This record gives sequence, structure tokens and C-alpha cells, in this order.
Amino acid sequence: MASISARGLRIEFPLYHLAARSLKKRLLAKAAIRLKTDESNRVVVSALSELTFDISRGERVALIGTNGAGKTTLLRTLAGIYEPVAGQLEVHGEVGSLIDPAAGIDSDSTGRENIVLRGLYRGMSESQIALLEADAAEFAGLGEFLDMPTRGYSAGMQVRLSFAIATAITPQILLMDEWFLAGDADFMLKAEERLTRLVTGADILVIATHDMNVVRRWCTRVIKLEAGRIIGDGTVDEILGPAGA
Amino acid sequence: MYRPAAMQQAVLPTYHIDAENPDRRGRALADLGAGFTSWRLAWALARLDLRNRYRGSVIGPFWVTLSMAAMVLGLGLLYSQLFQMDLQSYLPHLVTSLIVWNVLAAMVADAANCLSSADGVIRQLRLPLTTHALRCVFRNALNAAHTLPLILVVFAIVGHWPGIEVLLLIPGLAVLAVNALAVSIFLGMICARFRDIGPIVTNVMQMAFFLTPVIWKPELLKENAVWLPLNPFYTMLEMVRGPLVEGGGSLLTWAAALGYSSVLLAIALVFFIRFRNRVAFWV
Repeated sequence: MASISARGLRIEFPLYHLAARSLKKRLLAKAAIRLKTDESNRVVVSALSELTFDISRGERVALIGTNGAGKTTLLRTLAGIYEPVAGQLEVHGEVGSLIDPAAGIDSDSTGRENIVLRGLYRGMSESQIALLEADAAEFAGLGEFLDMPTRGYSAGMQVRLSFAIATAITPQILLMDEWFLAGDADFMLKAEERLTRLVTGADILVIATHDMNVVRRWCTRVIKLEAGRIIGDGTVDEILGPAGA
Repeated sequence: MYRPAAMQQAVLPTYHIDAENPDRRGRALADLGAGFTSWRLAWALARLDLRNRYRGSVIGPFWVTLSMAAMVLGLGLLYSQLFQMDLQSYLPHLVTSLIVWNVLAAMVADAANCLSSADGVIRQLRLPLTTHALRCVFRNALNAAHTLPLILVVFAIVGHWPGIEVLLLIPGLAVLAVNALAVSIFLGMICARFRDIGPIVTNVMQMAFFLTPVIWKPELLKENAVWLPLNPFYTMLEMVRGPLVEGGGSLLTWAAALGYSSVLLAIALVFFIRFRNRVAFWV
């Protein structure tokens, strides 16, 4: 059964290109909260610290917090991109991450080639890629432009293509950054059904967002982050107050 | 969206990481394994790189072939005069050395930024790092495929044909391929962490070009030629030049080449095991 379990998770970003001592001193002088030096005397930003939580099957979790609170970093950690410097993380289930729309898009390739490329990135077999191609091509609705290099696409077309490629998956654990909900109104109308299907089809959803409507609509649980720490974890009503209040 | 019950019961893919007990070696080997199993991805990306690089060009990668041919012709005429050697015996040496050296140098230069140039993908998608290194190797192999046949053309023109020792080319190229992967992993990582290594590598390669018998023949060193196997680049070059031009190459250079390769491989492996999980923070 899909589940995520984190114990004392800590992620630190070393600031390698800060060699100058004076700069280092200045940064650390002002009672720094998130900047510190690690054991090899490098300046590090503590991006996430002491995160402990369990997410089990059926939960739809919203990560909220101000910019820089660590929401996207946590998503990337769950996706296995950043490895923690302390703590444990256990993720059971196939993970699909929708973090950056443009990740792996090659602007010199046509839309269709990009769909195939993404299939390869995901390690799909040829028959799976053919299905992906049919599905994404149909949803993107780019018509003849599908066989044109994406370099020449309008911004809207690019969003449609990335969205179509990214959402043509059925993962058990869906990690999502909020850009996926930030399309223009027309597009969102069309995307709605597909997104709902994806979100409700996943066993676990973790979404980083600023939009409280999204939280209330889709989520059952809220984890509130501040400066890389969890400052609130509970049901939507517990954290945000009762609906309509 | 529908998943049959049988599939849900199946063992779920599990990602487990414990910072206290990182199991670095296991993860590094798993990375290599996953990278090799998904070689199709690395291959597709390498072909894409080649295509994009020559986008809009009519003859595309054959420009490399053309410029290499021009260079061999020019240098051949000039240096056969300078060294007072006849073209018949000098050209096979020059064409092999020059082309193989260019492949090596391009490989090393490319390896230096094979990870830092893939930063976008590394930070967004969980892929084996081996895939990026393999992509770099494949890309250079594809490039090499556009110049290596020139060697045969020149051989045909001057009528130089190697004997049965040409079979040694197979292990030679295989060792070079392994080295290419090791160099991609090692230089790719170290150059992602220390941005000053890239320019240093460029300078070292430039220097090595003159110190290695590429344009000049080893015989010109006379009795000092015994020291040549100390130059790793010479031994790498000899793994191709030996079988094609020099009747197989000496046992000593082969042994030295294998020795250097093992050291390189060991360093790359140790480095990969120790620092693989830091690369996402470096690029």
C-alpha cells in the first residue's frame, strides 16, 4: 500500500561559491536563522529540518507556507532528487512528480518527439510510449503544430504540451507543484477534468500551493511549513479554520 | 486510471533512504545498473544532441569529417617536409594519431561539463547519473563515427594495410570506451563541484597534445622513447594506433594502458560511490 514516512528529515544546501570570508561573516552575523556553517565550515542554508510525518493511502496533503518555506524542496526530496543529510525517508509506491513543466523538454524537437522523449525519461516501453503519444497528442490539441519544433510555440501552446505530457501518467503517489493549477482560465476549464482524474486516481497526493481554494477543494490534510520546519499539521479545518470563516 | 487488484498487491517500488546508514555503494551500483538498463534513453539524448548541434546545416556533422580531412592533408604536407619523411610512411601515422587524439580531446572536454550542463534535468527528474555520463559517451562516439572512417580512406590512398594485428583494435576501442565513461563520471562530478577544473582540463589537454607523439613520430625521440609509456595519453593513443599502424604496439604500452585505465576506473568508482548523492546540490 502506498505510503510516505519521514523521520527527522534534514536537507541543507551548501553555498559553495561563497569563498570570501568577509561575505561569510556578514551573512552569519545577523543572527541567521537558516544560514549556518556545517562541520566542514561551509555556509549552508538549512532548507528543511527535523521533518517528521507519515502520509498513508488516501490522504491528500497540501504543503502551504510562504515563498522559501521549503515546499518545493520537500517535493523534490520526496521524489528522490535531494538526498537528506540527516533523518530517514521511506516512500512506498510509484512516484509521479509534476514539479517543473519544462523539465526534459527539448525546444529543438517537435511536440511529438518531446512526448516520446518524456516516455523514454520515464523508462517506458515502446508500446507504452505509443499510448502516451496518442493520449498526450489528443489532449494537447495542437493539431498540425504537434510536428513543429516547440521552439516556435506560443507560451500557451507550450503550457498545453507540457501539461499534456506531464499528466499522462497514473502514479500511485502524485507530487505536484502549484504551477499546474496556474494556467489561464480557458485552459483550466479543459484541464480540470484531466487533473481531477489524476488527483483522485492517485493513492496519495502531495501538492505545494498558495491557493487556499485548491486546499479546501482537494485536500484532506495540511502541512504548514515555515523556514524549513513544520509549524502545523492537521486537517484542513484545523489549520485554516472552518470553511467560510 | 484503473489498476487491477493484482497489480496493487504486487510489491511496490520502494524508495528508502536513511542518512545514518546511507549504503553509498549499493546506491551507486544501482545507479550504474539503472543507467545501463535504460541505455536507450542515453542513446536517444545523444542523437538529439548531435542533431541539435547541426540544426539547419546542410551537411551537418560531416563538417567535422571535412575539416579533419583538410587538416590531415595540410599537416601531412607540411610536417612530412619538416621531418623529412616521405608521405607514404608519415600519412598513416598522422591520420590515425590526429583523428584519435581529436576524439580523446573532445571526449575529455565534453566530460568536464556532462553533468553541469544537465543541471535542469538533474534537479527535476530522478534519473541515474550514469545516464548523463552515457549520453556524453554516446554523443562522442557518434561524433567519432564521422571521422574514424577517414583513416581507412587515407590507408586506401597510400596503400597501407595492417595485418592480422588489426584485431587488437577491438579490445583497444573497448578499453577506450570504458575510460570514456569513467572520465565522464569523474570529470563530470568534479567539474560540477569545482568550476575552475574545466579550464584547467582544457590547458592540460593542450599541453598534452604537444607532449604526446601525435604529429611527431615516437622514433624522433631516439633512445628517450623508452620513457613514452609514462605518458598516459600516449598509451591510450597506442591502443588504436598500434593495431592500425605499428604492427600491434608493444606489450609494455598495452600493459601501461591497462594499468592507467584501471587506476582511472578505480578513482572514478570511488568518487562516484562517495559523492553521487551530492551532485544534485552541486550542479
